[in-house]
Amino acid sequence: MPQEYLIGLAGGLSIGVAAVLLMVLVGRIAGITGIAFNGVFQPMSHPWAVAFMVGLPLGAFAWHNLSETPVPAFDLPMAWLIAGGFVVGVGTRLGSGCTSGHGVCGIGRLSPRSIVATLIFMTTGVLTVFIRGLLS
Amino acid sequence: MKLLAASLFCGIVFGFGLAMSGMTDIARVIGFFDIFGNWDPTLMFVMGGALMVSLPFFQLGLGRLKAPVFSDMFRLPTRRDIDVRLVSGAALFGIGWGMVGLCPGPAFAALSYMNLDILIFTVAMMAGMFVVDLVDNLVTGEQASA
Repeated sequence: MPQEYLIGLAGGLSIGVAAVLLMVLVGRIAGITGIAFNGVFQPMSHPWAVAFMVGLPLGAFAWHNLSETPVPAFDLPMAWLIAGGFVVGVGTRLGSGCTSGHGVCGIGRLSPRSIVATLIFMTTGVLTVFIRGLLS
Repeated sequence: MKLLAASLFCGIVFGFGLAMSGMTDIARVIGFFDIFGNWDPTLMFVMGGALMVSLPFFQLGLGRLKAPVFSDMFRLPTRRDIDVRLVSGAALFGIGWGMVGLCPGPAFAALSYMNLDILIFTVAMMAGMFVVDLVDNLVTGEQASA
């Protein structure tokens, strides 16, 4: 098996462990959409969400430093970034979750809403990349 | 204080896993969606790894616990209905994710890369979330005054 699959698997295990720990210790679902919204727009009533959000970049920073893995490249037109970011924000808030809340935790809970949501966003993601490929 | 430290620790482990797994690498994410082209199956292993932990915990472990260590109760979603908001929201999210290759967790984790592109994406994403609540509040306000 290629090494990147194993690293991906290990990264996935780390994500799963973090989600389980957040439920066991704090009693909350590790759904980044909700945590980010609460942490950014209602920080006073959700200080735990602020703490979690601060941890995300720290953890990513730690991985790249400890493993000496270079930071991935990003180079997209600004209008495309804004459009994509806005659509992700509207979609995740409207659909009450993203890859973490619906994908990792929701499927783990066997929630019908999350299973349906995950199937839909994976499908439209594939279709979007397919259409981009046709146009480029 | 212990609650905040625990939450911070969970965020660090989560962000570590996101960066390690390649979720913050837009080329890898787009490659995963590119099943009709040059498909990169790595993210399947990421999802598999995460579910190997979360599925047994939520199905077998959580029910044996009375309360979280640092707070009063477990807060779990209770809704089971599939409505238009869920379906259209998920569809839109997938489109945006396929456009750029970043979903919300990796967007915040990747802020540590100090790259302006990621900051722009993340601010636009939070604006999108804000607009949904703004419209919701306008609609409920009109209903209340009607």
